[in-house]
Amino acid sequence: MRRVAVTGLGVVSGAGTGRERFWDALCAGRSGIRPMEIVDRSQFRFSQGAEVQGYDPLTYFDAKTADLLDRFAQFAVVSMREAVADAGLDWSLVNKARTAVVTGCCVGGQSTEDTGFVDLYIKQAGRVHPMTIPRVMANAGASRISVETGITGPVYTVSTACSSSSHAIGQAFHMVRHGVVEMALAGGSEAVFSTGFLKAWEALRVVSPDTCRPFSRDRKGMILGEGGAMLILEPLEAALARGAKVYAEIVGFGMTSDAHHITQPSTEGPASAMRQAMEDGGVTPEAVGYINAHGTGTAANDAVETRAIRQVFGAHADRLVVSSTKSMHGHALGAAGALEATATVLALQSGILPPTANYNEPDPECDLDVAPNQARRQRVRYALSNSFAFGGLNAVLAFRAKD
Amino acid sequence: MPENLIARLIGCVASTQHIAAEGIRAESTFEELGIDSLDGINILFALENEFKIQIPDNAAQHAKTIGDLAEGVRALILAQHPGSGTEAGNGASA
Repeated sequence: MRRVAVTGLGVVSGAGTGRERFWDALCAGRSGIRPMEIVDRSQFRFSQGAEVQGYDPLTYFDAKTADLLDRFAQFAVVSMREAVADAGLDWSLVNKARTAVVTGCCVGGQSTEDTGFVDLYIKQAGRVHPMTIPRVMANAGASRISVETGITGPVYTVSTACSSSSHAIGQAFHMVRHGVVEMALAGGSEAVFSTGFLKAWEALRVVSPDTCRPFSRDRKGMILGEGGAMLILEPLEAALARGAKVYAEIVGFGMTSDAHHITQPSTEGPASAMRQAMEDGGVTPEAVGYINAHGTGTAANDAVETRAIRQVFGAHADRLVVSSTKSMHGHALGAAGALEATATVLALQSGILPPTANYNEPDPECDLDVAPNQARRQRVRYALSNSFAFGGLNAVLAFRAKD
Repeated sequence: MPENLIARLIGCVASTQHIAAEGIRAESTFEELGIDSLDGINILFALENEFKIQIPDNAAQHAKTIGDLAEGVRALILAQHPGSGTEAGNGASA
């Protein structure tokens, strides 16, 4: 088994685009949650979202390519380009046939679909735009990355709701570790701000009417976000041999399912996913210093996640820092795991643990150290990134600070 | 071939392809213009809008040039808007 390094990061998010802006915002506890502007917010019972600010497709794509790609697919490509540049990859030295692209995506091109349905059902156009299918498909981002880079190895998209990109990164990690591929571009993207899709979230009554306050007693629900994040994974030895900068190592991946309920979380499924991730990476619970929580800000998730962490870590749970960066980049569904893995990697590299923003008051049901509102300057050796999806699908990644 | 029809057709091609209309002539082949099969589907969609016609799935299969496309469009206008001449479908792009 090979050790696997993270050597490049790219981010598009409501908290900032570009890994440096993203990380600056997270360390400052600066939330990207604002009044929604992409949709007419007066139509909804909630008004806030973490939209990517000032995004112009023509900054990144020629007009014809932009026509082909829904916003979510563009985010995958834009974050991939930053990650590739960050890793200092020289494509002439990369074995593209043995490189993988694995992306996570929950719902694909929702705004494209919305436009098509408006044409069809409202405007009675009798037809939709012919680019609807290529724009909507959840693998559009992964496929475009393959076309743009010339990567011909395994390229696919994982869809497990809010865990999608954690599953994607975990599978890519295992492929690199076991020598199935020599390198992987892994992460995910999502663009949630379309009227029809937001109405569906509104109907579930889980979106907060104010903001996202994970683990705070006055939390009122989640806040949706959009964006993309990609990580470059390669064998540690190869990374060191080519003189690459190593952010951290990815050491473990655990995945389980609750077999319980389509929306209600369970304690057992998340707990066993955390245990598996540590076991997979040979990590003892006492070595873990930080958990980037799933931390959606719903009443149910945060209390259940707290119980799961206590069950797994016992007394050590009180020595962990557990924060939810969703309080700043929102819940970007299929992109969430990748944004949070990126935050976790940067936390290990920088020795700064990002806070839980918008935190007001302690909740006895969420009695962990959640780094309320202030980042923590603290070096940790191991960290976990938790993702727990609707449908009871859990994915946990374990990372180790660079030696 | 009415010049108006050619000009409108070239306008559709230019806008869907994001290329300048000045560079497109009746003799231009799709190959010269870098138009692939997916681009072709986009262009047919724009032409259906512009001329208020319905283009059957395989109707444009053998068209190789802008002129071929214009011939096909003219025939469809005459068939689908009889009596309106080749000026049919005017204003349809609005």
